[in-house]
Amino acid sequence: MTANRDSGPLLSVEGVSKTYRSGRRLADRLTGRPETFVQAVNNVSFGIERGEIMGLIGESGCGKSTLGRTILRLHEPTAGRVTFDGTDLGALPDAEMKAMRRRMQIIFQDPYASLNPRRTVAEIVGLPLQLHGLATGRGALREKTAEILEKVGLKSMHLDRYPHQFSGGQRQRIGIARALVSHPEFIVCDEPVSALDVSIQAQIIQLLTDLKQEMGLTYLFISHDISVIGYLSDRVAVMYLGEIVELGSVETVLANPRHPYTQSLMSAVPEVDRPGHRSRVRLTGDLPSPLAPPPGCKFHTRCPLAIDICRQKAPVAESVGPGHTAACHRLHENLSLLEQEAS
Amino acid sequence: MSAPTDKTLLQVEGLRTVFETRDGTVCAVDGVDVIVERGECLGVVGESGSGKSVTFNSVMGLVRSPGRIEAGRIMFEGRDLRALNQTEMRAVRGRDIAMTMQDAMTALNPALTVGEQIAEMLEAHDKGLPSGRNARRRAIRAHSVKMLGLVGIASPETRLGQYPHEFSGGMRQRIMIAIALASMPKLLIADEPTTALDVTIQAQVLELITDTRAKLGMSVVLITHDLGVVAEHCDRVMVMYAGQVVEQGRTADVIMRPKHPYTKGLLGSLPRLSLRGQRIEPIEGQVPELIDLPAQCRFYSRCRERGPECLKNIEMRDAGNGQTARCVRVQKELAT
Amino acid sequence: MPDTDTKASTGPVQETIFRRNMRNFVGNRLAFGSALVVLIFIFLAIFAPLVAPHDPAETDLFRRLQPPAWMPGGEWSYLLGCDALGRDILTRIIYGARISIFIGAAVVLVATTIGIIAGLAAGYLRGWVDMVISRVVDILLGFPYLIFAIGLMAMMGPGLINIIIALVYKEWVIPCRVVRGETLVTRELEYVEAARALGASGRHIMLREILPNILSPVIVVSTIRMAHVIILEASLSFLGLGVQPPTASWGAMVSDGRAFILQAWWVSTFPGIAILLLVLAINVASQGLRDAFDPRFHE
Repeated sequence: MTANRDSGPLLSVEGVSKTYRSGRRLADRLTGRPETFVQAVNNVSFGIERGEIMGLIGESGCGKSTLGRTILRLHEPTAGRVTFDGTDLGALPDAEMKAMRRRMQIIFQDPYASLNPRRTVAEIVGLPLQLHGLATGRGALREKTAEILEKVGLKSMHLDRYPHQFSGGQRQRIGIARALVSHPEFIVCDEPVSALDVSIQAQIIQLLTDLKQEMGLTYLFISHDISVIGYLSDRVAVMYLGEIVELGSVETVLANPRHPYTQSLMSAVPEVDRPGHRSRVRLTGDLPSPLAPPPGCKFHTRCPLAIDICRQKAPVAESVGPGHTAACHRLHENLSLLEQEAS
Repeated sequence: MSAPTDKTLLQVEGLRTVFETRDGTVCAVDGVDVIVERGECLGVVGESGSGKSVTFNSVMGLVRSPGRIEAGRIMFEGRDLRALNQTEMRAVRGRDIAMTMQDAMTALNPALTVGEQIAEMLEAHDKGLPSGRNARRRAIRAHSVKMLGLVGIASPETRLGQYPHEFSGGMRQRIMIAIALASMPKLLIADEPTTALDVTIQAQVLELITDTRAKLGMSVVLITHDLGVVAEHCDRVMVMYAGQVVEQGRTADVIMRPKHPYTKGLLGSLPRLSLRGQRIEPIEGQVPELIDLPAQCRFYSRCRERGPECLKNIEMRDAGNGQTARCVRVQKELAT
Repeated sequence: MPDTDTKASTGPVQETIFRRNMRNFVGNRLAFGSALVVLIFIFLAIFAPLVAPHDPAETDLFRRLQPPAWMPGGEWSYLLGCDALGRDILTRIIYGARISIFIGAAVVLVATTIGIIAGLAAGYLRGWVDMVISRVVDILLGFPYLIFAIGLMAMMGPGLINIIIALVYKEWVIPCRVVRGETLVTRELEYVEAARALGASGRHIMLREILPNILSPVIVVSTIRMAHVIILEASLSFLGLGVQPPTASWGAMVSDGRAFILQAWWVSTFPGIAILLLVLAINVASQGLRDAFDPRFHE
C-alpha cells in the first residue's frame, strides 16, 4: 500500500466528480417530475507535491469547498479516485480511513460554527489525540494539548475555557490547533481567513505559513481571494462551476492568465497598489445555477470572447506552458482581456 | 478637519454613541468628526468594532435602545438632524439620505415584490408625483422601471413583479441600491455593499455606485473593510479604530503616505502577489474592549512605535495637505 | 464582515452558559415559585409515611364521608375530610402524589431515553433508519393517546409496570421528534464535520458532539410532557384501568367520589385540585425553564 512513498505527489486527484441528487418529494414523484442533479464537482484532476501549497480559487458556489471535502472523503465522490501517499482512499475500509484521518486534516472557514460550544478548548483540541490513541493519561493529554496551543499563539491557561470566551481570531487559532495536534501531513484550509478582520487575517496567514515550514505540511488552500492565494500558494487552480479552468504555478497563472475567467477575476480585484480607476473586464450577469449548467463551455454565458463553438462543445484542458494548463477554445488566438498587460 | 463650506453636505462633530450592556457602558463611537462634501465619495475603513457602522447608523437616527447618542452635532445642509422629531427625521431618511445594508436578503422585505418596495419608497417621499390615481400609478411604475434599468437589471418590467428570493445575491444588492436611489437622495450611505458578494459581482456593484454618483451628482459614503475598494472608488478616506477616527485625508495620500501606525499596519498586513516570499507584518494583538478605556492612545497596546508620550488622550494632528492623524508622532509636512 | 467580533477573551464573560441560564430562571418569579410547588409535592411523596397524618388504608366506617375540618361535623385531625370508607383524604392525596409523580417521572425518563436514541439515530444516520423510525412515529401519532393507552391496558391488565409501559409506548414519540429535528440541524454544523474529519466514530459524534447541544430543548419538552403524563395516569385510574385499590391514586379518588358528589363534594374535589395544582406548577415551571434555557427564546 505504501509502494509509492516519497515518489510522486503526496496527493493526487483523478477525474473526481461529485453530484448531489436534489431530494424528490412525494408530490414530485406523483407528478412525474424528473430527479434533478447538482453537479458540484465535475471531472477534476490535479496533484499536490509534498511541502507544496496548492491554491484553489473560485467564487461562491463553484464547488471548491465540496472538492476539498470530497478529497478528505467527508463526502463520497460520485466518480474518480483520490490517492494519498500511494493509498487509494476510496478503497480503504472505514476503520482504516479513520486511522488515515490522523494524517489529513481540515481547517474550516467559520470560527464560530466549527467549534462545539459545549466543550472546552482542552476537549476540542485534545480529541484527535484521544481518537488516535496519541496520548495516554490525562496528564500527557493536557501537556500535548497545551504544547500545540502555545504553537498557535494561545496559552495553557486557555485550556479550560469555552469557545464563546474567545474572539474570532483566537477561535480560528483553536481550530488550527485541533487540525495540527495529531501531526498530520496534509491540510485542507477551507477559506480559513475569509471570516476574519484584515489585521487578524494577516496574523493567521503568517501563522499558517510559519507552521507549514516548522511542521513540514502540505496545504490545499481554498479561497475566493486572489491576493491571499497569490501571496502564499506555489500553484493555483481556478475553478468555475465545478470545473478547473486553469492550473499552473502562481507566477505564471497570475502574471499571464490564459483563461478569460481567470483574467476577469484578476481584473475585478481592487488593489491598493494600483489606485484610481482602471479599465475592467466587465462580466455581465451572474453565476448560472448549478442545477441547470449551460451546455458547452460553462463560462460562455458570461464570457466576452464566446463564439459559436463555446456554446456547443466543452473545451478540454491543454498545456499552454510548463505545468500550465487551461481549458478554452480560443487559447491559441492569444486574446487577452487585460489591456494593461497587452501592450 | 477643515471648517464647513457651502460645499459641505454633511458635517458630524464630536459624535459619541454608547451602548448599555450588562458588563458596562460600551462607547462604540467616541468623538467622531465627519465631513462629506457635495458630490464626493468618502471611504470609511475599519475593522469589526471600529464604530464605522454605528457612526452612520447614528447619522441616520437608527440607533436603538440599549444604544443612544450621548453627544455631538449632526448637521445636514445646515440642519441639526438630532433636533428633528420622528416625523421630520423619517422625511430626511430616504428622501435626502438613503442607506443600503450589508445583508440584502434580510434588508429587503421577503413578502413584497421588488416593485412594491420601490413604490413604497416613492409614495413615502413624494417628489412631484401626479395626484390622479391612475396617472400616479403609471408614474411610479415608469420611475421604478427606470431605476431597475439604472442598476443594470435586465427586463425590469417583468422583474418588478418578482420577490426578493427570486434574485441572486448580487441582484438583491443592486435592487437595494435601486430602492435607495429611487427618491434621488443627496447622500447615499453604502454599508459594506459588496462584502457578501463575489469579486466579479462586487466589481459590478461598485462601478454601479460610482457611475450613478456621477450621473445624479450625489455624495456617497462607502463603509468597507477593504482598502482596495477605497483606493479605487473614494476621493477621501477616513480610517477608524476602536470608536475613533485615527486618520483621514485624500485617498492617494493616506494610502501612499499613511501617518498613523494603525493605517500603516493595515496596509502592511494586506497579502499581495507582489509580497510573495516576504513575511507580512501583521498587527499583533486585538482591538481593545470599548469599556472603561484608559486615557491613552487606543492603539497603544498593538503599536510598534509606542512610547511614554502616548499615555494620554491624543488629538488629531495636522500632517499637511488636509491629512490628519491621531498620533503624537505626526508632524506637519510642507506641501510638495 | 459583521461587527460582532468586539469580544476579547479578557472580557468579563467567564460565566458558564448554564449559570447564566439558571440566573435567568431564578429571576423569573412565577416560574421559580412553581418549581418550588413541584418540589414540595416531590418532598411530600418521598416522605409520605412521615408527613401523612394517618395510614392511607386505615378505614373507619364511623368517619364515612366526614366533611373537612372547617365544616360542621369536621375534625382538625382529618383536615380535608374522609371518603366513603372513612379514610383520611389528605393522607391519601399525599400517598397518591407518590403514584402520580413516580409514574410521571418513570414514563418521561424511559420515553425520553428511547426518544433520544431513536431521534439521534434517525437524524444522524438518515437513510432507511430514518424512514423506519419516522413512519413508526407517524403511525403512533395517528392514534388518539388515551384510547391507545386504554386499549393497551385492556390487553395487558392493570398494574403499575403495565401503566408505565402503556404510556411509554406512545410517549417516546414526542422527544424523538424533537431530537430528530435538532439533530438534522446540528449534524450540518461545521463542528460535527470537524469531528468526522478527525476520525471520530458515529457513536462519539452522536453522544458527545450532538447530544450535549440539543439536550436543553429535550429536557424542556420532557418536563412539559410530565404534566401530560400525570393527567393520563389519572385518567386511566379514573377509568379503573390504573393502579388497583387499595393503593391511593388521584384519578381513582376522583372516580370514587363521583357517586357522592352531591352530598360529599370533598371526596372528588380535593384530589382534583391536587392534580390541577401539580400539573399547573409543572407547566409554568417548564415554560420558565424553556425561556431561560432555549437560546431561541433569548431576545
